Amino acid sequence: MTLLAVERIKLFSTRSPWWCIALVVAFGVGFAALAAAFTDEQFPLSPQSTQGGATFGQYVIMVMAALAVTTEYRFGTIRATFTAVPSRTAVLLSKTTVVALLAGAVGLVSAFVSWGVATLIAPGTDIAIDTAQEWRGVAGVPVVFAVSAVLAVAVGILVRQTAAAVALLLVWALVVENVLTFLPRIGDDIAPWLPFNNVGNFLTAGDDVASGAAFGFAVDYPFGPWGSLAYFAAISLALLVVSLVVAQRRDA
Amino acid sequence: MIAASGLTKRYGRTVAVNDLSFTVAPGRVTGFLGPNGAGKSTTMRLILGLDRPTAGDVRIDGKRYTELRKPLHTVGALLDARWVHPNRSARAHLHWLARSNGIGRRRVDEVLELVGLSEVAGKRVGGFSLGMSQRLGIAGALLGDPQVLLFDEPVNGLDPEGISWIRTLMQSLATQGRTVFVSSHLLSEMAITATELVVIGRGRLITQCSTAEFVEGASEAAVRVRTPDAERLRTALTGLGKRVTDIDGALLVDGATTDEIGELAAAHGVVLHELTAQRGSLEQAFMQITGQDVEFHAGPAAAPALIGAPEGVSRP
Repeated sequence: MTLLAVERIKLFSTRSPWWCIALVVAFGVGFAALAAAFTDEQFPLSPQSTQGGATFGQYVIMVMAALAVTTEYRFGTIRATFTAVPSRTAVLLSKTTVVALLAGAVGLVSAFVSWGVATLIAPGTDIAIDTAQEWRGVAGVPVVFAVSAVLAVAVGILVRQTAAAVALLLVWALVVENVLTFLPRIGDDIAPWLPFNNVGNFLTAGDDVASGAAFGFAVDYPFGPWGSLAYFAAISLALLVVSLVVAQRRDA
Repeated sequence: MIAASGLTKRYGRTVAVNDLSFTVAPGRVTGFLGPNGAGKSTTMRLILGLDRPTAGDVRIDGKRYTELRKPLHTVGALLDARWVHPNRSARAHLHWLARSNGIGRRRVDEVLELVGLSEVAGKRVGGFSLGMSQRLGIAGALLGDPQVLLFDEPVNGLDPEGISWIRTLMQSLATQGRTVFVSSHLLSEMAITATELVVIGRGRLITQCSTAEFVEGASEAAVRVRTPDAERLRTALTGLGKRVTDIDGALLVDGATTDEIGELAAAHGVVLHELTAQRGSLEQAFMQITGQDVEFHAGPAAAPALIGAPEGVSRP
């Protein structure tokens, strides 16, 4: 508990988390408001389609989580931390926990406020969250944020530099996965195994508009939405374990 | 009590610390002396468990640093004053450090008061001068009221007032019976602050001894004598085989002590106006002893040495 408190103090006594939180919520709510204001027959509003800002939010959360580690390396506070608490695994697990919990909390607020704003703007449309699929699309956002934070912390521990960590995460999520997905011939075979594609599958499966299936974009996933989440979580946890082993072994 | 034995650290092919053994005893200030690049900081990092030794080990009261529970209560260290987040306030920085070792908020305010930062405790550390950052680092080292203190180049970049403050602080910590280990490449500073020295060059131990011994052992002792009866004293001294030279109205006697000369003068009934031991400076002693072990020699030889691997760096 002490270590969790320490990491909480460290995280909230700097400014970047506050900016990231504000950005995530503002963008999530902003997107939901726009989606609700401009809904039509081609783009019917659904609980899941109010969460269009979640992907951007996920990227910002990853930046925040990576920064929580890389700034410690940049400013040397990680060495001060390891001097105060020589058990590096305990320190880094606490940091991962605090960042993931924060990411989850931000996701929870952002997802439901976005949905709430959409219902206010388009009162005529029924976007009550009724089915399990709709609950997954909205309440799944905080889960995705939390797991993404774990992934980003792991990458941050491994590469230690802000620019490298952020570039790696965003280039992978935004560029590499898209390029691989649309490769001729083999793209269809690779796409279902890409981690961020699976996040999309978890949040939007079953909703043709939100998943893009209505516009002819479809990936044939080997697992259902929950399998996709488990797959993404497994990759994130595996990276975390690798990063903890590396941090324990190398010179701080 | 800090004890290093056979401590060795290699980074790739570079040997930063080479089979280093020394002890640092409580109750006095021990200087850790060596030119830049001699391996002082690496040794400090090894003591704190930040780097893993390639061979050998270093223990604090018989324990490895990584075995210490709540280590801030045992060891306080200032390795780099810039190891702070610039957007955090001084108080927030100390608060998380304190919390990690179960130290209360009252102690945070106490150490802030002790180092004279109470006024700026709420300000962001990024705006601090180097001197203020050093004070903050020292506050962090003192948080757990530890018996062992490590300071790496604490007076670097400080103004004279700050230097004298740190010097007094270290000496008072040692007087309280604590172990104080302070590194520096500033030999003159060490001569004033430290009573014991661990001297290294190129990662190797050159000597461990008292500061006085280090100076005496390295530079020849000489005594300056002023007397109205110079000729009689000179004759007596040369009679004993001492080498005597004239310098501005006084005699400089090599290889003699003030006791010897005082007694000799008394025996011959010679009046003395001055009898002073001429101490060689620590700088002289250092150059003399470490001449072979300075990492990069100044002068024309330096250029090729800086480009290629200097001879001896990768020796086993």
